[in-house]
Amino acid sequence: MTAPLIAGRAWVFGDNIDTDVLAPGLYMKSPIRELASHCLESVDPRFATGVRPGDIVVGGRNFGMGSSREQAVMALRELGVGAVLARSFAGIFYRNALNLGLLALVCPDADKVAPQASLRLDPATAVLTDTSSGTSIACEPLPPHLLAMVADGGLLAHLEKKMKTGAHR
Amino acid sequence: MPQAMTLAEKLVARAAGTETVRSGEVVTCRVDLAMMHDSGGPRRVAPMLATLGAKVWDPDRVVVISDHYVPAVDAESAGILDLTRKWVKGAGVARFHDMQGICHVVLPERGHLRPGLFVVGGDSHSPTGGAFGAYMFGVGATEMCGVLVTGEIWLRVPETIEIRWRGRLGPGVAAKDMILATCARLGMDGGRYQAVQYTGDVIASLPMQERMTLCNMAAELGAQAGLIAPDDVTKAYLLAAGVPEDAIDIAGWQGDADAAPAERHDFDASALPPMVAAPHSPANSAPAADHAGVAVDQAYIGACTGAKLNDLRMAASVLKGRRVAAGTRLLIAPASTRITAEAAADGTLATLTEAGAILLASGCGACAGYGAGILAEGETCIASTARNFKGRMGASSSKVYLGSPYTVAAAAIAGEIRDPREFLA
Repeated sequence: MTAPLIAGRAWVFGDNIDTDVLAPGLYMKSPIRELASHCLESVDPRFATGVRPGDIVVGGRNFGMGSSREQAVMALRELGVGAVLARSFAGIFYRNALNLGLLALVCPDADKVAPQASLRLDPATAVLTDTSSGTSIACEPLPPHLLAMVADGGLLAHLEKKMKTGAHR
Repeated sequence: MPQAMTLAEKLVARAAGTETVRSGEVVTCRVDLAMMHDSGGPRRVAPMLATLGAKVWDPDRVVVISDHYVPAVDAESAGILDLTRKWVKGAGVARFHDMQGICHVVLPERGHLRPGLFVVGGDSHSPTGGAFGAYMFGVGATEMCGVLVTGEIWLRVPETIEIRWRGRLGPGVAAKDMILATCARLGMDGGRYQAVQYTGDVIASLPMQERMTLCNMAAELGAQAGLIAPDDVTKAYLLAAGVPEDAIDIAGWQGDADAAPAERHDFDASALPPMVAAPHSPANSAPAADHAGVAVDQAYIGACTGAKLNDLRMAASVLKGRRVAAGTRLLIAPASTRITAEAAADGTLATLTEAGAILLASGCGACAGYGAGILAEGETCIASTARNFKGRMGASSSKVYLGSPYTVAAAAIAGEIRDPREFLA
């Protein structure tokens, strides 16, 4: 299964973006659409209204630290975010992202991405290209089985496949 | 000669069904126990299980604890709690604790943990269970669904990061100060999603509830697990919690002496003052005295981190015979109903309420902005909780400082942050 190219603008954030700013506790009871409208508002109030499908969120170190709440990933997905790139991820968020079919790539040079840059990302090679300047950055590719799980839409879809063949036990 | 292994490696190897594992290797482990709460549990996994047409692999290995939306305050929270009750019944999960307290405290209190277990929890503060020599870590709801269907989970065998505390804690200094100092030195990702293990003579001298505080906030170091090798203190706690003696193996769950950690960080408890983390990160910690004079609107003693019986007693030792300052409110949400009963029996509760504390229900409460006690725009709070991220306890312009129960109680009396040792005769 080949994952399609992702194209969009860069939304650049700093280090230690936490799950409480991604999915604020005040709105955790609300439907995901409502929760997503508050995603990252305390660090960038323009994000939730300005982000468009395919846009790429670029973080610094330890992106997604804090809670195990999957709504932190679901909010980004609900807003159409195509991928999250960061210098490093918090462990639970990273697993959640892949499990929910959101491409999350470690990108040591994430700090070189300019805000609102036009980007193109090849999920298979993890090469990120700035389409206006033509410069490229190499992110760390996912192993093929995880890339396939993300392309399938996450762990649930993956389990559905396995259960159909009786291979889950 | 067999390969020397750390405690973390031994715990993972047992669950993986192999003699030895090495850090960095990816293994699949059998799960001994899966814990969920009302927020990330049945409400989220029930629709996934329905989609798959799957049932829980072993209901006897599941514990469900409603603690986030308790008690219900509106139609949504009432609905979530109702759904949880019904799901537990339908799935045949007997180990269900409804509004009895916060999962990380109730789990050991009711005898569900013991050394050697491999446990997943649907909450990021799951490393708390490592205080009992279990390998316990947090997962999201989808991953939990995977566990419920298969009884298995993969992980990368962690390296061990040793945090060694030597010396002796002074009066008015607690495990919370130790972990805030650790966060300040290592940073919020210093745990690198590996296993943190606390060692040293200070750890051996700590009661279980203080050890739980350290392991709980391994989450704030970004660790996957926080471990303390079990000893006689562990055993005494578990026996009192009703765990059968023959189920408590202390000697078998020690790291090998010649298994070196990947990193070791030494700390001196004797030199440690009460610490306070300024907004908006636990790593933003400094001696409480550095923040002296910061006015607080609210002081909050609550959460899995900071409202165990020991924590309430620390607060009481400061509050005894004193009154909460005018213009400041002190809210206390004991971490479990059992703790409330114990604190009532030993007089601790009376000391707190006589000082003017307002008692709240046992649950996650205001810590994550879900429950009673959230903050208005521009307000300042000092809390015995684990996290002070921006907007976590309410309005996004509110500010949260973190401290030990001593320090929170001292701030409640003074109306501003102080070194709590001023109030301990």
